[in-house]
Amino acid sequence: MVTQLELVDPRAEGIVPAQESRVPRWLQRLVGPVVLLVVWQALSMAQLFDPRTTPSPLIVLNTAITLLGSGELQAHLQASLGRVLHGLAIGVSLGVVGALLAGLARWGENLIDANMEILHAVPNFAFLPVLIAWFGIGEEPKVSLIALSVWIAVYINTYSAIRNVDASLVEAARTFGVGRRELITAVILPGALPGFLVGLRLALTSAWLALIFAETINAPTGLGRMMGDAREYFRIDVIFVLLGVYALLGLVSLALARFLESRLLAWRRAFDGA
Amino acid sequence: MAHDGLVLAPVPRNLAVEARNVNKAFNDHAVLRDFSLEMRPSEFVALLGRSGSGKSTFLRVLGALDAQVDGHVRVPRRRAVVFQDPRLMPWLPVLRNVTLGLPQTREVKERGLATLAEVGLENHVNAWPGTLSGGEAQRVALARAMVRDPQLLLLDEPFGALDALTRIRMHGLLRDLHQRHRPAVLLVTHDVDEAILLADRVLVLTGGRISLSTPIDLPAPRNRSDPRFVALRRRLLAELGVEAD
Repeated sequence: MVTQLELVDPRAEGIVPAQESRVPRWLQRLVGPVVLLVVWQALSMAQLFDPRTTPSPLIVLNTAITLLGSGELQAHLQASLGRVLHGLAIGVSLGVVGALLAGLARWGENLIDANMEILHAVPNFAFLPVLIAWFGIGEEPKVSLIALSVWIAVYINTYSAIRNVDASLVEAARTFGVGRRELITAVILPGALPGFLVGLRLALTSAWLALIFAETINAPTGLGRMMGDAREYFRIDVIFVLLGVYALLGLVSLALARFLESRLLAWRRAFDGA
Repeated sequence: MAHDGLVLAPVPRNLAVEARNVNKAFNDHAVLRDFSLEMRPSEFVALLGRSGSGKSTFLRVLGALDAQVDGHVRVPRRRAVVFQDPRLMPWLPVLRNVTLGLPQTREVKERGLATLAEVGLENHVNAWPGTLSGGEAQRVALARAMVRDPQLLLLDEPFGALDALTRIRMHGLLRDLHQRHRPAVLLVTHDVDEAILLADRVLVLTGGRISLSTPIDLPAPRNRSDPRFVALRRRLLAELGVEAD
């Protein structure tokens, strides 16, 4: 006798969702921060926080609007942004040039790499007194501290990316008569680009970190100056506004790095999509 | 007694590969022992052997990828290699991969396009290698080799990583390319059927020496069910230490 098998619809088992959610992913991810702010506001309104140490989100927002209205925040932001961009320009240039010299030529490696490793081993901010001794207390030590952190992050990542370009691709290129120049432009540099972009992303993070340290040196303007003043006058609401500004700057930097990656590494997106 | 002025010079023979008494060792372990091989222009030779038999080592010597070797080796100037993995530059579009190492002239580009059409990839000229299937990527690698119009084509288990159906189509493609362009071909493989299907001569490499060499004079198209094919396969498998069923 043949028993009749009971058949079920496999889609109804619910092991995997039947369809993708219609709400875009970024909107879903926004839920976390929004819930945090709402809870924070509710707890503040229930007077569970001391407003002298923890202002409510609405008070912080209010302070931000006032600071923007007077143009104070913009002026300080502009000064800080200028320092970061300046430091980035110098640091990225030095990092890339150094990595190319050390990555592509043995003499370059001998000359540069060990020095960079030593530099990397010292915490960047320990150089601050030396930079002040060399450059005084003007813009130069601030910009050079940022440039130093960027330089190291870009160098370390770009150099190792150049050295780690797939040896089998280099070998294949050589058998097809690829000369030194084409080897560099068509094989090694594009192969090292992902590593450079990782370095750039780290450099952006460390640039903002270095900025905070740099602006503790006698800064007449800048977010660090604002932070110092707020601390002095117990303006905890201003400090929270500044924390928000730092967060936004960090997020914008990362978005920028991601944008660069998607533009420059189109070939890799194709690869990942497969 | 030799007569003055009558020196018998050896008649220069037309060869595509001339290797005599090639010796190669890795840490005292001999991989090639007095290995010798001569290939005529346009000859298709398959080199069979178990893993570690030294067959790829010999191919790498001919491809100038291994210079740490003793003996006499002569190869033509125009050579090209196809490896087991396609080894395409993932950041260069297909056509630029094919013309890698050549002067980037209009003429070379045209030739690259024509070669890609020959391997059936005229619609993937601007694709990123990452978007290609394994078989397509290997066809690009084949085009990259053929665009150089090689006098010697070195194939290092080129179809080893492909699925069985793709491999059959690649065999047909390789046969066509060989018939049209007539390079000498050295195919290193461990696939006995592949060797019998494609080659004019099959060699088995055992312990660094050629232990069996046989011409394949089966008429084209070769058929796996041909009794001579079956007998040949049994013999080659036995030489490789495998009992055929």
